[in-house]
Amino acid sequence: MLEGALPRKSGSMKRDRRSALVWSYFFLVLFVIFFLTPPIYMFITSLKSSAEVGAVTNPWWVYHPTLENYQALIFSPDYQTFFVNSAMVSVVVVIVTMLISIPAAFALARMKFWGSATLAMGVFLTYLIPETLLFIPLFKIFAWVNETFDIQLINHWWVCIIIFPTLTVPFCTWIMIGYFASIPKELDEAALIDGAGYLQMLTRIFIPVALPGIIAATIFAFTVSWADFLYPLAFTTSADQMLLPTGIYSTLIKGDVYAWGQIMAACLLGALPPLLIYAFLMDYYIAGLTAGATKG
Amino acid sequence: MAAVIPAAPAAARKRGGLRRLGRRKSTVAFLMTLPLLILIGTLVVYPTLYAIHLAMLNKSLERFVGLSNFSFLFTRETFWMVVKQSCIFAISAVLFKAIIGFCVAHFVHNVPAKGQRKWRGMLLIPWVIPPAMSTLGWFWLLDPSYSAFNWVFVRLGIPSVSWLGDADWARFSVILVNVWYGAPFFLIMYLAALKSVPEQLYEAAEIDGASWWQKIRYITLPMMRNIISITVLFSLIVTFANFDIVRILTSGGPIDRTHVFATWAFLLGINGGDIALGAAVSLFMFPILAVAAYFILRDISRRGNEA
Amino acid sequence: MAQVNLRKLVKHYDETPAVRGIDLDIPDKEFVVLVGPSGCGKTTTLRMIAGLEDVTDGDVLIGGEVVNDMPPKERDIAMVFQNYALYPHMTVYENMSFGLRLKKVPKEEIARRVQAAAQILDIGRLLERKPKQLSGGQRQRVAMGRAIVRNPKVFLFDEPLSNLDAQLRVQMRIEIKKVHQKVRTTTVYVTHDQVEAMTLADRVVVMNNGRIEQVGAPNDLYHAPATKFVASFIGSPAMNLMPCRLEEAAGGLRVRLSEQLELPVPAERTARYRAHAGKPSLLFGLRPEHIIEQRPHLDPGQQPFEAKINVVEPMGMETLVYFAVNGAEVCGRVEPAAAGGEGSRMKLVADLRRMHLIDDSTGRVL
Repeated sequence: MLEGALPRKSGSMKRDRRSALVWSYFFLVLFVIFFLTPPIYMFITSLKSSAEVGAVTNPWWVYHPTLENYQALIFSPDYQTFFVNSAMVSVVVVIVTMLISIPAAFALARMKFWGSATLAMGVFLTYLIPETLLFIPLFKIFAWVNETFDIQLINHWWVCIIIFPTLTVPFCTWIMIGYFASIPKELDEAALIDGAGYLQMLTRIFIPVALPGIIAATIFAFTVSWADFLYPLAFTTSADQMLLPTGIYSTLIKGDVYAWGQIMAACLLGALPPLLIYAFLMDYYIAGLTAGATKG
Repeated sequence: MAAVIPAAPAAARKRGGLRRLGRRKSTVAFLMTLPLLILIGTLVVYPTLYAIHLAMLNKSLERFVGLSNFSFLFTRETFWMVVKQSCIFAISAVLFKAIIGFCVAHFVHNVPAKGQRKWRGMLLIPWVIPPAMSTLGWFWLLDPSYSAFNWVFVRLGIPSVSWLGDADWARFSVILVNVWYGAPFFLIMYLAALKSVPEQLYEAAEIDGASWWQKIRYITLPMMRNIISITVLFSLIVTFANFDIVRILTSGGPIDRTHVFATWAFLLGINGGDIALGAAVSLFMFPILAVAAYFILRDISRRGNEA
Repeated sequence: MAQVNLRKLVKHYDETPAVRGIDLDIPDKEFVVLVGPSGCGKTTTLRMIAGLEDVTDGDVLIGGEVVNDMPPKERDIAMVFQNYALYPHMTVYENMSFGLRLKKVPKEEIARRVQAAAQILDIGRLLERKPKQLSGGQRQRVAMGRAIVRNPKVFLFDEPLSNLDAQLRVQMRIEIKKVHQKVRTTTVYVTHDQVEAMTLADRVVVMNNGRIEQVGAPNDLYHAPATKFVASFIGSPAMNLMPCRLEEAAGGLRVRLSEQLELPVPAERTARYRAHAGKPSLLFGLRPEHIIEQRPHLDPGQQPFEAKINVVEPMGMETLVYFAVNGAEVCGRVEPAAAGGEGSRMKLVADLRRMHLIDDSTGRVL
């Protein structure tokens, strides 16, 4: 399909396809280098002692690899706190998201009630309202809640459990609507004849059949929660309340001294959960992304 | 809660039973969507409206000052810089992401099916790593004193670049990291779309005499038109409202030359304590988002009809 | 001159052979049908002529020129696909004119040619519609229109009627035949349906397992099949094949089908078959229409016999009766009025002038 730039008047399909293949591999290698250089470099740096980081030697090579950065982090109570906070937030947010999204998606996809189409569209629309618009009024709202009800929301990590679902629920609902809608209606009718109520239809038929979509949505919700930076930055200020992204950013950069080896190690360790999920569940991960658009 | 089908009762009773069933169905449906509605209502819709209200108060949030925050912003040179920067970043970053995504999708598509998974797996990694962390990695790569790129440049005889210190290079760097992070998303979308174009159309075009470029122009692009416009508009919104990359890479500097709406609003509102002004700044994103959202909706519903 | 020649054409997919050596000469303006079961290599052969598959060995010639290394667009061919392959985002007019637009043919010329093709196919009023607004038959016509407009040397058809329902298929068959009469272009047509092959072709090429079994005019293949495969593939319902023994008897030959049933070989064939008398794996072949009900007058070569009818299939115009001979099921075609009920004994007549004798070990018709 994609012929090379070599001038050629006629050629058999095989020759054209072979040159297209060669050029494709060439460019693929180039782009892989472009995309993977930063993470690889981060890894290289994470294996360097701070002495080597500051030295004038080749930055692309480790001469005296050491695991001291990783060790320091794993045993650092601050870092452990960040990790645990992030983990708790992400897991709870995933559960909350699924509890909200799945019933809503089922209702919107299957139970055609008045306004369901507009509601579905509205759900998608709200996803387009960015967190960068909402964080200021939310800040004020939380402060007001603090004063009025004496519930501490600012500077507590659990505030993220409340607001992260706004990031995850709309898109997860959208994904699930797509998956539910693609289940043939004959299944509904067969279930109704068999005597199932709507709740039973949901739990015994829809959820099992739409399981790939649920997994994809779960992965999406987890990775978004894990990676969010703005909300934690705006709402948590003390180190013991921070999540991983903000924790690394705020504490490891102490004044003028950047402990780059540690910072890189911290970043890579922090990126590990999403990367592991991606490595083992890549197809679901990608299905989640594409489902939003192609099943739209 | 079992929805029992009434078994052959008298006609009038049947109608009453069904009506009850109907009402029950819609109440159940409503209850199932209620948590969603509450969540969005209180944490998205209400704050948005509240933001509009906040933007019209004074700094200490006691007095109502109407639109004077907005007119104040119009007089500030930094504001116009932020507008220009946000637009340039968004448009150029999305353009490059779309082009790179489109081309690389073709390259992956050309590779025999078994190998595609490996390549796709490697190429999506920038998107998987949380942006806050990968941007820190870029920050280190572009460090004024220790940049690994500059080290290579110097060895090749090219003068080292002040990636984050020089205004124009800083802008370039922000766009670069944005493209690096976002292109894989386009790649995945376009690869999926490419696979949905039937191979026989290309064969028919081949017989009709089309060259590779004509095939892309007359078959691939038209068939992918909807997915292209949806991803571009979607990415425009997300890139326009981006916070993480600018904040970590440059914090808006040097001298505010890389500030975008999100980072400047954060600076004014949270760091500077002027909530009203911060709200006003972030509200400026709204018109552009609304326009893009309108086009997205139009395309999505058009796709639904074409299917 | 647009003749197509295939010389020792071979195609292998990795190690699997799909086409094992095909020689075929198709003169200009001839309508040739490649027919055979799935996997016989007919579509692969067609795609090699088109240039959509590479040739492993052998040559493809179009118009006298070897085209093995020529890409499809330079071979001056047009193809009608099974799934129509119409460009969904273009109107019918744009679909048909696509190839001409790519060649930068002037607009008036394009309009003229499209209108002419549309008239032949009676799709003139559909020109502004998009494919998804058309029925299956209309789409197939547009696909043919796209091919006609190009005015190529060769038309290639890849099972174009397989996606249509039975009634539409019959209609479209006639359309295709009419089009060929108007636009006399060399045509290579692939199908698995032997009825299509028989009704459309000037010559039929029966393929099996990557090789050509027989080439010939439809009637020749029907009445004088060369191999067991052709004999059983062509004709519906299929030819009856029964294991038999060839015996010498009273100055002639007799075919013994079972303990009870033996039939005399017509005198004119005795010389031809004598050498095979006594051979173990012989098959007796007789088409169902040559087993009929007993009539008052018997022609020479027609041999009466009796059989117990197991199944009766009324077809309206005729009735098929099934009976067993030595365990094998045999089919006969009788007048509906003459057919007995299931289980009854019926008097039938076999026309042995139409018999075939097949050596099962070689598959060849003797």
